[in-house]
Amino acid sequence: MTNWDRFVDSFFNARVAAEYFPKILEGFWLTIVLALCIIVTGLVAGLGLAVVRAFAIRPLNLLIIFVVDLFRALPPLVIIALLYFGLPAAGLSMDGFTCAWLALAAVLMAFSEEIFWAGITAVPKGQWEAARSTGLGFLQTLRHVVLPQALRMTIPPLTNRTIAITKGTALASVVAVPDILGAANAGVSFSFNPTPLTMGAAAYLVLFLPVVILGRWIETRFAWKR
Amino acid sequence: MAIVEATGIHKHFGALHVLKGVDLVVHEKELVFVIGPSGSGKSTLLRCLNRLEEPSGGSIIVDGVDMLSPRTDINKARQRIGMVFQSFNLYPHMTALGNVTLALRKVLKLGRAEAEERGQAALKRVHLEDRADHFPGQLSGGQQQRVAIARAIALEPRVMLFDEPTSALDPELVGGVLEAMRELRRDGMTMVVVSHEMAFAKAAADRVVFMADGMIVEQGTPAEVFGNPQHERTRAFIGQIDRH
Repeated sequence: MTNWDRFVDSFFNARVAAEYFPKILEGFWLTIVLALCIIVTGLVAGLGLAVVRAFAIRPLNLLIIFVVDLFRALPPLVIIALLYFGLPAAGLSMDGFTCAWLALAAVLMAFSEEIFWAGITAVPKGQWEAARSTGLGFLQTLRHVVLPQALRMTIPPLTNRTIAITKGTALASVVAVPDILGAANAGVSFSFNPTPLTMGAAAYLVLFLPVVILGRWIETRFAWKR
Repeated sequence: MAIVEATGIHKHFGALHVLKGVDLVVHEKELVFVIGPSGSGKSTLLRCLNRLEEPSGGSIIVDGVDMLSPRTDINKARQRIGMVFQSFNLYPHMTALGNVTLALRKVLKLGRAEAEERGQAALKRVHLEDRADHFPGQLSGGQQQRVAIARAIALEPRVMLFDEPTSALDPELVGGVLEAMRELRRDGMTMVVVSHEMAFAKAAADRVVFMADGMIVEQGTPAEVFGNPQHERTRAFIGQIDRH
């Protein structure tokens, strides 16, 4: 057996690939579900916090800033491990999927809150004044005048950050979630052959390459023209 | 009948005493012009009238409503007070018609059809009915300011406040905005105008108020203030303006 044959047999083994394809496919769908859960809850919570922060209630804002800085500073894997391995000691245990979801959603919430907040503060003060002078209330002004402009400005940085954090779904494999990486790792253990990892990498490319390209398109499409 | 009755208005920005007890009464259908050197507190006074700026002391009654009372619904009170800003402040993500109808729909709670009908009528009054579908970025500065005027008058306010409405405009665009203001005046709108357009003041104002250092130094008809100023500060200011 030549080196080349050995290489092909290790990483592109057709028999192993066929055997573990269904598992990888299951992991593929699971990763998509996990990613969507993280994106929806993370962005909604981030926007919610930014809106609360706009009310400028000092103690509340200090709390928001503390929470946001906490989740921006902690490595996502540490949060996942704390939830999965730490919480049971406190009598509360969650499955790996829930832990990964909550941890990464919290990180996305923290980063997106900062981005949404930057967008809100970047809207000129005159916009608030014009709207308030016509009798619109604070929330009406935020909703109809400020947020539409702020969101438009935040779309490019938000897209990048969302992609970066969503790729962190691979961390879920550490807490026994059979996502793409989890399924691939299991395949390697059972077959004594790394081909499932090659398939896993391919699956991530299939999943995220379109998202990255979409992000690039969004970034140029929504670049704010004044 | 007095539409605006401001008495003893004080405003502090930190250690800075910007308004030092200003009294201003504006009667129905009157056009009052406020002039004065920059930093004299003209804009601050105007912004206190609809409480965009919170006065530190004094009382403000607009159309019978105590603007400073905690029991006053400020959003309701502001519907009766139109304001036009130096930098237009149109909503860039909405068309001209969208700018004009937002408050009609969200504050007056009109249906879309009725709001658009009133919005179109307001745009017609500033001669921009054919620009209803344009976004602010597609309009000239003068057109943007006229849309801003339409946005304010669509609510049928009892008084209009103009905060240096032509200062950000190229000279050739000033005329259209002044013309729109002149027409408002003809229709009987009560107006308070902070501006440096002295020719307009001489031609259209009922009363000119000269402010300096946070106080009203003197006031009177344009002929009195421009023709025969009583105070040294007024004379100096008008002399400087005339040299231009």
